Amino acid sequence: MAKVELTVNGRKVAREVEGRMLLAHFLREELELTGTHIGCDTSQCGACVVHVDGKAVKSCTMLAAQASGTEVTTIEGLSTGADLHPVQRAFNTHHGLQCGFCTTGMIMASVDIINRYGGALDEATVRAELEGNICRCTGYHNIVKAVLDANAEMHGQTQAAE
Amino acid sequence: MYETNYHRPSTVEEAVALLSANPDAKPLAGGQTLIPTMKQRLAAPSDLVDLRHIEALRGIKLEGRRIIIGAATTHAEVAGSEALQSACPGLASLAAHIGDPHVRHMGTLGGSVANNDPAADYPSAMLALDATIHTSTRDIKADDYFTGLFETALDEGEIIVAVSFEAPEKAAYAKFANPASLYAMAGVFVARHGAGVRVAVTGAGSDGVFRQGDMEAALSANWSPAALDSVTVSADDLMDDLHASAAYRASLIKTMAKRAVAAA
Ligand SMILES: Cc1cc2nc3c(=O)[nH]c(=O)nc-3n(C[C@H](O)[C@H](O)[C@H](O)COP(=O)(O)OP(=O)(O)OC[C@H]3O[C@@H](n4cnc5c(N)ncnc54)[C@H](O)[C@@H]3O)c2cc1C
Ligand code: FES
Ligand code: FES
Repeated sequence: MAKVELTVNGRKVAREVEGRMLLAHFLREELELTGTHIGCDTSQCGACVVHVDGKAVKSCTMLAAQASGTEVTTIEGLSTGADLHPVQRAFNTHHGLQCGFCTTGMIMASVDIINRYGGALDEATVRAELEGNICRCTGYHNIVKAVLDANAEMHGQTQAAE
Repeated sequence: MYETNYHRPSTVEEAVALLSANPDAKPLAGGQTLIPTMKQRLAAPSDLVDLRHIEALRGIKLEGRRIIIGAATTHAEVAGSEALQSACPGLASLAAHIGDPHVRHMGTLGGSVANNDPAADYPSAMLALDATIHTSTRDIKADDYFTGLFETALDEGEIIVAVSFEAPEKAAYAKFANPASLYAMAGVFVARHGAGVRVAVTGAGSDGVFRQGDMEAALSANWSPAALDSVTVSADDLMDDLHASAAYRASLIKTMAKRAVAAA
């Protein structure tokens, strides 16, 4: 067993769990934060992406024990109150989702991309940076539009994406 | 995944002691290879010794012309290092194209070099840069370190602490990535130190990463993509699988080598 103490969406939590428990299962089963999805469970699809100490990681490929001591943000912690995060809003506006299964990981990955590039994003960069997130529905086009639009909003640029 | 005991040492000595106390223990770095392997039950270590909290294993240093990279340095840290972007941009760019951003946030140089996947990127850089692998017990030259498919000179319980190499005059990496796995179907790292040129190929050899002697000779005489026109790459000893035939890989090696020289 491993003692896991971490901060999830600003809330301190402590649990005694099996050493093999994945962070994805810890979030979903121990904390009932089921917004983090498990798509492939083989480290390919990115449906399980969350932020650990501000960096996007695949929570199906990290042990809960490895995350002990960190600050984790999941889709549930992205916005406070009734207002959506600009990336969530942009996915809605641009129809960047159909079934929604990939969406939470896609949004967490997108927020990470926008944060890392500090405004300097173009379509080719967004497509390359979304390499680790697979969507079986949308064909990506509207996802890319949503990311560019949210980036413009978050970095105060006036021109709309495309 | 079978149950396992997680440990978090803060020094190399502690990590080595934990590994030698548990014969079925394994080091855990970024987990981007080991955890998927454990999930498939292809590995079942009794204990995992997390190396990511050992300060001595982290960071990138420049001592004169010598570059030293800690084993637990992530791919994202190598890609984003300003020191490397000026001293060896070829290596920073290699790291920037490993897998996807999430893998790069966790995966480490030491984990990749310890694993020695025949399609991994870093082994070719280590071999071409004539790097030294510094372990918890000794220093091993890259030429003696990579010994076959997923095989290295590491002993049980031996930990990679860092790798080091002289900053090259010119170096670059070009890979043809498998579009599904993102691993190399052929990747070529070229490096020039003075008169010496080294060319290492990953993703293609049926015995893992290897040096391409004919290309090294051609590029030592004339450092240009055109110098490689006259080199014939044999398909003997190349991997032949559902992704690519040996002959196709031979052709990719030449194309990637030319691209790497052009980019260096
Ligand atoms: C979707 C995906 C795409 C990928 N694409 C690529 C790619 O394009 N190119 C590429 O090269 N790789 C790729 N990888 C692999 C990735 O680079 C891994 O991070 C790397 O192979 C292993 O590093 P790690 O730190 O994650 O090691 P771990 O998975 O933690 O460990 C791997 C092995 O090395 C041992 N080990 C780790 N550190 C040390 C040490 N310091 N000393 C001794 N032994 C040690 C462990 O015991 C284990 O056996 C990909 C992985 C995924 C999941
Ligand atoms: S569920 Fe984690 S990458 Fe697919
Ligand atoms: S919206 Fe269905 S998988 Fe992306």
